[in-house]
Amino acid sequence: MDTKKDIDAADAKVTRRDFLYLTTGSFTAVGAGALAWPFISQMNPDASVKALASTEVDLSPIMPGQSITILWRGKPVFVRRRTEEEIAEAQAVEQIDLPDPETDETRVQKPEWLVMVGVCTHLGCIPLGNKGEYNGWFCPCHGSHYDTSGRIRKGPAPKNLEIPNYVFLNDNTIKIG
Amino acid sequence: MSDDYQPQSAVAKWIDKRLPIVTLFSGHLMQFPTPKNLNYWWTFGGILTFCLITQIITGLVLAMHYIADANLAFASVEHIMRDVNYGWLLRYIHATGASMFFIAVYLHMARSLFYGSYKEPRELIWIIGVFIFLLMVATAFMGYVLPWGQMSFWGATVITNLFSAVPFFGEAITNWLWGDYSVSGALLTRFFTLHYLMPFLIFGLVILHIWALHVPGNNNPEGIDVVKGQDTVPFHPHYVVKDVLALVVFMIIFAGFVFFSPNILGHSDNYIQANPLQTPEHIVPEWYFLPFYAILRAIPDKLGGVIAMVSAIAILAFIPWLDSSKVRSCKYRPLYRQFYWILIIDFIVLGYLGAQPATGIYLILGRLATLYYFLHFILVMPLIGYIEKPKPLPKSISEPVLSKEEQLAKSGQMA
Amino acid sequence: MLKIKNIFLSLLLSIFTSFAFAAGEMHEPMHPDWSFQGPLGKFERAELQRGYQVYTEVCSSCHSMDLLSYRNLIQEGGPEFSEKQVKAMAAMFEVEAGPDADGEMFMRPAILSDKFVSPWKNEQEGRISNGGAYPPDLSVMVKARPGGADYLYSLLLGYEDETPEGITLDDGVYYNIYAKNQKIAMPQVIYEDGVEYTDGTAATEVQMARDVTAFLAWSAEPKLEERKRIGFKVIIYLIILSFLLYFTNKRIWKDTSH
Repeated sequence: MDTKKDIDAADAKVTRRDFLYLTTGSFTAVGAGALAWPFISQMNPDASVKALASTEVDLSPIMPGQSITILWRGKPVFVRRRTEEEIAEAQAVEQIDLPDPETDETRVQKPEWLVMVGVCTHLGCIPLGNKGEYNGWFCPCHGSHYDTSGRIRKGPAPKNLEIPNYVFLNDNTIKIG
Repeated sequence: MSDDYQPQSAVAKWIDKRLPIVTLFSGHLMQFPTPKNLNYWWTFGGILTFCLITQIITGLVLAMHYIADANLAFASVEHIMRDVNYGWLLRYIHATGASMFFIAVYLHMARSLFYGSYKEPRELIWIIGVFIFLLMVATAFMGYVLPWGQMSFWGATVITNLFSAVPFFGEAITNWLWGDYSVSGALLTRFFTLHYLMPFLIFGLVILHIWALHVPGNNNPEGIDVVKGQDTVPFHPHYVVKDVLALVVFMIIFAGFVFFSPNILGHSDNYIQANPLQTPEHIVPEWYFLPFYAILRAIPDKLGGVIAMVSAIAILAFIPWLDSSKVRSCKYRPLYRQFYWILIIDFIVLGYLGAQPATGIYLILGRLATLYYFLHFILVMPLIGYIEKPKPLPKSISEPVLSKEEQLAKSGQMA
Repeated sequence: MLKIKNIFLSLLLSIFTSFAFAAGEMHEPMHPDWSFQGPLGKFERAELQRGYQVYTEVCSSCHSMDLLSYRNLIQEGGPEFSEKQVKAMAAMFEVEAGPDADGEMFMRPAILSDKFVSPWKNEQEGRISNGGAYPPDLSVMVKARPGGADYLYSLLLGYEDETPEGITLDDGVYYNIYAKNQKIAMPQVIYEDGVEYTDGTAATEVQMARDVTAFLAWSAEPKLEERKRIGFKVIIYLIILSFLLYFTNKRIWKDTSH
């Protein structure tokens, strides 16, 4: 009996001790984890960068067939006022032919205005306007051809040119971001 | 528990045969036999390691946002404080961390002085320590210049002008330091570079410091040699946990400053951008330099002041030979112990005087305190070793020849 | 150990507080109660909003606040105006932008990401417009003066109609009890009803001085509330951890005679 009691007591002791060590250890680990966060978070975009995350663009000076490039979040954004022919061409494409099928309607808010991030989806170069086999954009780095809706038609790029979030504040102004 | 590390798996054996790094760490951080009677004054080594690593890591991330340019530095620090995610926290930890580092290093040095940890066979540990302290002083001074506030600028001006005291070459040296004809952006950029480099030199010296420590092993409050096994415990877990406990208490004070009084250890003039056309009314260094600043001003001669200030640190490197006593610990040195406390008070008084204007009674007191500071090392330390009759030393730390009373007092202190 | 450390620290503190006003040429400032004092103190939104109004309508004709952007007025822990309000407030100022397509610089209304518009093109212009005394930037002013908010508040209210005997004032220098040597290059600017508060608060001198000082305290330390909030959690965490470690340590050393 006595020996059994002793063993029990010893067991209880061990358990209590382990519990204390475990609690202390895990409590320390949680603190160390929380401490790491500020050191990681400090590399994220800071408040002054975030403040520039949206840009307003005046569309009034752009004539049909012209496009402008503006800097948004350090990247070029193409704003193109498309001609009737370009729109017709973009809308007439058969979806089956496309590597990344998307209708022109889903890529624009108003057919006249095409707004997209001017960064080639292949490896990040900037495509050239009014170039390429599809009358749209052509990336000089590895020869990707985009059409008048900014969709990839030929070349190594996997996806269509990205459409940023934007809203029409009025007929002549859009806010990107 | 205290067995040496034996690699178990085949992979571990393979690695350990070629690079016994686990064996090394296990030997020095886990199994290392440590005297079992170390008190909490021995925890500052660990605390200082923490301080150094904290400063290096926060400094590294601050450098990702800081701009070392005379026109942009001040605004970039405020950018860190205002815009960078948790930037205010990182900067306050770094700025307060410097003060905490010095609090810890002064206590660490005071402990070594009290228990005679600088004496044979630990002279080199102490001397490396003095060099670490010197590098800390230089690093902290250069770091304080980086925010490019008024105190940064004028502190840099005053301290770099000390070199103009060098006979014949003074001006050439200061111009070389400045890269200009006065303190300017050129100095800021080179100070930033050196401020970034020096902590890594300190880190290297710390490794030497610990290496040298692990040859004879730790001193202890009794100041007598220990018998391995009988008098020692493995470093882990006994001292790992004890050091971490002390560290967490230290961190509570640290956090108190960072979160609730982050600017109290700094100076308000440093929130004014550097202006080369206007000197602040009172130029005071950071609090941890005040004792040495008081020594500098106590000497009425430019070159003499500089020499005195440099000597005040340099003399520390010689105390293993200035102290003539055979007994290490002040516990058994009734006479020297009193002078030890006079030295501590003297140093604090110097610190107080360093913040006062150097006129009238402050100047006189400053000179007396400076005089004692040097006399303590040059005169008191060598002499007392001959005069003093030390108390009988215990045979071992496991069976100290202590009176009942002392034993009681001791157990109270340990609990 | 703690006790000695505390003594040491309190000694340090006494060094710093003693020389803050040690010059002897200054009067101890008033010590009003600030909502942002103490370990749990926070700013009062309404106070900061009124303070911004006082700054814009009174101070900003001479003093810049270069480190602030209009967007800061929206952020948490500050005046917390709505985005719409601040856009309208920012649009009342003009900033130089450009160059445009013709290479010309042009003026446009300020937007959220713009810095506060400075009254001066450069320091020299500010200096010459104020008789040689440049009105300092106010962004971190509360942290840049010993005495902080108390001092600025006192300074704003420290003007007296009568200059005491024995004090002679040069041109462009004014008598102020709380200024160094009781002389200051800034004239009194806070007068009763100097602004008409949009929230209907009576614009007494004390009220205006209080509001604008609180605003400047925020601008000097915009993360104060976040700092104290996180700090509170950190300290509680560390105290709990120290207890756990205390018992762990005790347990580890239990079987060692020492």
